[in-house]
Amino acid sequence: MNQTTTDARKLRYTIVGIVLLAFMLFPVYWMVNVSLQGGGTAANSSFFPTSVTFDGYQRAWEDQTGNLVTSMIVALGAVLVSLAIATPAAYALSRFRLRGMGIFLFVLLLAQMIPGIVIANSLYTLFNDLGLLNTYVGLILANATHGIPFAILIMSAFMRSIPPALTEAARVDGAGHFRAFWSIIVPVSKNSLITAGLFSFLFAWSDFMFGLTLTTGADIKPITLGIYDYLQGNVQSWGPVMASAVISSIPAIVLLVLAQRYIAAGALGGAVK
Amino acid sequence: MTTTLAGPAPVVAPGPGAARRRSRARLRERTAQWLFLVPAIAYVFVFFGYPIVKNLVMGSQDYTVRTFVSGEAPWVGLDNYAEVVTSSLFRTTVLNTALFTVGSIVGQFVIGLLFALFFKRRFPLGNVLRSLLLLPWLLPMIAGTAVWKWILDQDGGVLNEALGSIGIAPVHWLTSPDVALIAVVMVNVWVGIPFNMTLLYSGLQNIPDELYEAGALDGATGAKAFWHITWPNLRPVVSVVLVLGVIYTLKVLDIILGLTGGGPANATQTLATDSYRRSFQEFSFGTGAAVSNILIVVSLVFAVVYLRVNKRAVDE
Repeated sequence: MNQTTTDARKLRYTIVGIVLLAFMLFPVYWMVNVSLQGGGTAANSSFFPTSVTFDGYQRAWEDQTGNLVTSMIVALGAVLVSLAIATPAAYALSRFRLRGMGIFLFVLLLAQMIPGIVIANSLYTLFNDLGLLNTYVGLILANATHGIPFAILIMSAFMRSIPPALTEAARVDGAGHFRAFWSIIVPVSKNSLITAGLFSFLFAWSDFMFGLTLTTGADIKPITLGIYDYLQGNVQSWGPVMASAVISSIPAIVLLVLAQRYIAAGALGGAVK
Repeated sequence: MTTTLAGPAPVVAPGPGAARRRSRARLRERTAQWLFLVPAIAYVFVFFGYPIVKNLVMGSQDYTVRTFVSGEAPWVGLDNYAEVVTSSLFRTTVLNTALFTVGSIVGQFVIGLLFALFFKRRFPLGNVLRSLLLLPWLLPMIAGTAVWKWILDQDGGVLNEALGSIGIAPVHWLTSPDVALIAVVMVNVWVGIPFNMTLLYSGLQNIPDELYEAGALDGATGAKAFWHITWPNLRPVVSVVLVLGVIYTLKVLDIILGLTGGGPANATQTLATDSYRRSFQEFSFGTGAAVSNILIVVSLVFAVVYLRVNKRAVDE
């Protein structure tokens, strides 16, 4: 096989790859396309946004600003809670040998598989008693259920690869476990913390279940529920709906482009580890 | 847990009380170690343990809106389960759940595997294209659902437009009980392809090239190489991907609620959406819990299968 035929074949693969990608991302294109065609009625959308208008975005902005802020607060809160709880636990699971730790690990794996509706069902009654329905705190705590088991598993897998000598040296110098954890393990594990944090953010940002069940009013409502409100009943005008969908997709798109290697690490680590 | 670090033994001068001091030091060490785990354990108890127990209990209670006012939820034994199982809806939801799950898994897996095999060939831009393919999986599911609702719209949707241009009459994707389930499966397949592809791709990467080189010498290339080399070596990953797919599909709520709300005429009602409907639309938390307890049992069966399969995959 000579060089030119190999090159020609590789070029053909690249073209096929682009076609596959275009096919898979067509809905994303359509979302952007329709969002730029404004607030017209349910008349046919044209294939290209020939006359671009930002009316859809203007309406979406009016309807959804508050919901976007809510989603941002909840997602960032969920990241903080997830990392604060998961990082020390991951350290312990990777370093210590305590009775019952195997069971805890097993429970974490199972926890990831519990259908969210089961948790929502019970949390609704619990939060009702505690006055946590329609609160940021309630949503943050509930959303951390998406991130915590995942974060613990992915970070402890990473921390296991850190040479024990690193912390032993510090311990001999008289540092307590907490100092060793905080000033050695956390900085060295930075990448896995970023991966865990990114996914905790995306999980909470995309959450639908808890927003649907644990909020009832219009005061505290995540963007996903804002979009869901549009979808109920007959949609008269798709421009604002698609504009909201585009806005809600921005974090995922930005993270996929800027933090690709962390995303790839997380996509694999969550399942095969 | 590969490394053990019980902490360096404290240096104590031998003498009276040394043993006691040592055991006190060990206790302090143990306590310090446990403190790292306490927040996580507490969280898991409250947000996973409690809901499961509470849900099991609620499944046997007459738990309704009144309960929130009066605080009373009379014990009804298995009445909720009897009501759920004998309702005419139950057969429909179980059948829909099975069809939705099997249809989604088959679609996601087959297309995901084809994509993984394709991207395993090295070519310019291959890696970039492959990682951009993750997008449908990373988007908020409700955003993807929203655009699909417009794509599938019977009157102005682009899918019917495209079908119309090749002479096919408009299909009532979301409003006809005959095709609505197919439509939601289609969207769920779209969401699931990236995940399947990513895991299968990494599985393919782990098959040593030497196997293919040796196989090629024996005349195993193309389809033959796939069946004799790729498939047997990929089997452990395949099992993990399939079982995880089932577990994730059983939970799906946003896609169905967003596209059809479980309709038309319950054609897309699954165990998950039915549990939601009973608890949060009819405020019959007792029967809603009963349905989701059934869902837990189904998920747990697959979870146990997953853990066994995964353990084998790691061991190998």
